[in-house]
Order: sequence, then C-alpha cells, then structure tokens
Amino acid sequence: MSPRLRWRKFVSGFMLTMTGVCALVAVSVLFFILGYLVYHGGTSMSWSFFTKLPVPVGETGGGMANAIVGSAKLLFLASLIGVPIGFFGAIYLAEFSGGTTAFVVRYAADLLNGVPSIVIGIFAYSLVVLPFKQFSTLAGGCALGVMMIPITLRSTEEFLRAVPNALREAAMALGASKWKMIATVIVPAAYRGILTAILLAFARVAGETAPLLFTAFGNEFWSPGWNQPTASLPAMIYKYAIAPYDDWHRQAWAAGLVLLGLILIINIVARAVLSRGIAVPRS
Amino acid sequence: MHAVRPALSVNLPPVVTNPAAREASSGLAMRMTVSKVNFFYGSKQTLFDVNLGIATNKVTALIGPSGCGKSTLIRTLNRMHETVRNARLEGEILLDGQNILAQDVTSLRRRVGMVFQRPNPFPKSIFDNVAYGLKINGSKLPIAEAVEKSLRHAALWDEVKDHLQKSAYELSGGQQQRLCIARALAVEPEVLLLDEPCSALDPISTAKIEELLVQLKDLCTIVTVTHNMQQAARISDFTAFLLIGQLIEFNPTPHLFTKPSDPRTEAYITGRFG
Repeated sequence: MSPRLRWRKFVSGFMLTMTGVCALVAVSVLFFILGYLVYHGGTSMSWSFFTKLPVPVGETGGGMANAIVGSAKLLFLASLIGVPIGFFGAIYLAEFSGGTTAFVVRYAADLLNGVPSIVIGIFAYSLVVLPFKQFSTLAGGCALGVMMIPITLRSTEEFLRAVPNALREAAMALGASKWKMIATVIVPAAYRGILTAILLAFARVAGETAPLLFTAFGNEFWSPGWNQPTASLPAMIYKYAIAPYDDWHRQAWAAGLVLLGLILIINIVARAVLSRGIAVPRS
Repeated sequence: MHAVRPALSVNLPPVVTNPAAREASSGLAMRMTVSKVNFFYGSKQTLFDVNLGIATNKVTALIGPSGCGKSTLIRTLNRMHETVRNARLEGEILLDGQNILAQDVTSLRRRVGMVFQRPNPFPKSIFDNVAYGLKINGSKLPIAEAVEKSLRHAALWDEVKDHLQKSAYELSGGQQQRLCIARALAVEPEVLLLDEPCSALDPISTAKIEELLVQLKDLCTIVTVTHNMQQAARISDFTAFLLIGQLIEFNPTPHLFTKPSDPRTEAYITGRFG
C-alpha cells in the first residue's frame, strides 16, 4: 500500500469515527437526561403530588396540583392565541401573499422566534400586567402564545408549500374557489405536518420559565379564574430546585418528570391521530 | 426539443383552414371559438393571433413540438392560465357564444373541465375524489349515483366498485388517470380538456384512455393536447398544428395527416423535426 493511500485510509477512518462519536453523544445526552429524570422524579413521585397543594417548608408530603392545573390553563390560553394566528398567517403567506410581503413577514417571524423568551415576558408584562395592575394567568398565557406564533407560522407555511401544485390545479379546474380549495384540499393534505408544527410549538413553550416569572408569577394556592397569579410547573421547578431543602429538590424532580410525561402523552395521542387518513405520497 | 430547421421559418403566413376543409366543417356547431388570441408570460409572447373553432361533440387535438404553445392554448380554454403570475391574454374566447373572459371563473371551470399530464388524485378515497366536484358545488344530485355514473363513464367502475373507500393512491397510474377523468366528468362539463393525458402512462393504459375519449365525445366536447401524432390521428376529428406560438394549420384530422396544406405541417408529421 502506498503511503498516500494509507494516509487517505487513515483520514477516512478517523473522520468516520469522529462523526459516529458525535452522533452518539447527541443521542446519549437525551437519554442521560431522560434516565436521570425518571430515576429521581420517579422515586419522588406519589399520588399526593397530583392531588395536593404545596406545603410549607418543614412539613413533608404535599404536591403540585395547582401547578399542573396552572400549566394546563396557561398552555390552553397560549394555544388559543398562538395556533390560530400562526395557522391563518401561514395560509396567507403560502397561498396569497406576493414575494415581498412574504419575505418581510417570514423575516419578522424568524426574528420574533429569536427574541429571548424573557424579553417576551417583559412585553406581556407591559401589555397585560401593567394595565390590570396584577399578575395573571392571562398575562402568562399571552407571553407563551406570542412565543408560539412564529414557530407555528413558519413550519405550517413550509408544510403548506410542500403540497404539490398539481392538487391546487386539480381543485381549481373543478370549479373550486381559492378558499374552498385551501379548506378542502390543501389543508387536509398538509394536516399531519401542520399538527406536528403545532405540537412542536406547544412542547417548546410548555417548558418555558422565563416569560412566566413576571406574568403568571407563581402561587402557593389554587388560582381561580384567569386574572390571578398562577403556579406553573416550570416556575415551580425553578423555585424548588434553587431552594436549600432536600424535600423540595425531590418535588422539583417529580415536577420535571410530570412536565415531560405531559408532553410525551400529548405527542403520542397526536401521532395516533396523525396515522389515520390518507397521505400524499412522496414523488 | 430539436431546433427548427431554417427552411421551416415561422415567418411564412399561417394557413389556418383551407377552403375545402372549411366547407367540410361548415355544418358543425361550434362549442368554443378562439379568436385573435395573443398570450404573454411577462413580456414574452407565447401565442400569436390564434384562431380556432372547437366543434361540439368532437375530439379536437392540438399537436406540435415541445414549447409550441399547445399547453398554453388549452389552459386558456378554462382560464387555468390565470393561476400563473404575469400571464396575460388578449383576444376573445367564446363558450356557447359567451365570452369566457367576462364570466365568473369558478362557474366557467365547472362547464369546462380539465385533466392534467400527470394523474393528480386528491389524498382522499376513490369515492371522495369523484364526489369532490359535486360536493363543493353544492350539487343537488344524489352523490352516490353520480359517482357510480362517472366511474362507469370513465371505464373504471368494474375495477373499483368493491373498494370505493380505499385511498386513490392505491390505484395504478392508468387507473388514477381514469379516476381523474371520472372526477372531471362528475360535474357534467360541456367541454373536457386533456393536457397530454397519457404522457405518464404505459401503452396499455394509454390505449384504454384513447378508447375512452372516443366514447366520451357523445357526452361532451373534447380537446386534447398530445405530442404523439399517432395518437392524434387515432382519436381526433380535428387537429391543430402549432409551431412556436402560431397556429400553422387546423383541419379535419384525416385531411391534415394525408394532405397537409402547409409545408411545415408536412415536415412535422413526416418526422423531419419535432
């Protein structure tokens, strides 16, 4: 074997090993986090975690029922704001807008996506908290909703654009108006992708803590209605994890596991829904 | 696409219809009339002063080499050209004596249906594909019967009647194209446009569709684009030959293929270029 060939074989082998190792590290980080969370969270989990309110320091037991309900309410509000705006905005971008408008909106959405979440928190604070002079579920939901808009918008647009033009032509040649074509052919053809996009946005904001700090704030008790401060799982994790009590640390682990489980369940349910219906084959 | 030989310059005056042919077709009712149509994509002109009559319940074929404007011409007949940005049409196109350019485009397309080059069924069941046009138009017809009728007309009923709820993508390419024909027929159009309907199909599927088109002309007026001259000769009653955006010759099919009036037509049909 010539030295040149030997060298080339060495470089090839070296690079192959490097890429393999990097791929392994990328995957193992995820599994490490998962395993750690299940180990610590699982041992701290109990039925009362889901049914009881937090208890004062020193008392054992107690749970985060208020934070679970609080997170659910916040995510519900966020989806109510983020999903329709992102979805219909994407329809406009993909089906109606001209090149310049689309460019500007797309660029703005990408910038909004890059805005640090704490800044979005400040935005919701000045928009909702200050006028009402109160931290509230509403303010927290608004902050998370704003974060959902660009993620939903951009990925929904991509999936709408991926629908073959032949289907648009077929619908229009049958006398469908543009709106009818979008509602009866384009969106049904892209709905798997769109649902995935919405889930992605949902999962992303479900774990956000920073925008909730001065909007939803936090609460040791139940938060009835929408205009009072509320507890949420990520904020609870933050609060309990930095506290100097072992008992709280265990609670924080359990909260982390519950949050993860929540997202996982929603994902599985959505995938089950996705697997039904007829997909456009790739060509 | 091959370059056109210099001898076939398009600067020769186009022979539209020779007197004998015009006489032969004079007794026919015209479903559509295309007059003085010029077509532009942006500043590029792709059709030059095209005049054409489409006879009722006949098959009219548009032939010519790639890029001659035959697809553009057929797409103007139901205004599908409007889906392209910067497309501009000058001239007049009549359907039953009414200018289609002044009509509501959705109702026009219900009367002038279209089948495309590649089968493009919707990601829905076979039944829902055929029912689509009826549903969106709020048809009062009983849908199941209309679907069966259209599938029978498209010679597909016997092959699919036991699995109407299956995905349309489970059909073969030829079946999918017949499904698209059934889908277009369901709204009972007066004119059916087919833009190279067989170009993505194997010979057996092609033969089936050709046979179908000949039967369908009793039901509606048919216009088809093809780059396959034998196909035009087999199935059409009238043939129009286009070259670089100009209508060179328009004659009854036997006439055009046996005694072409224009030397450029003769050159094309004898395979000297194209």
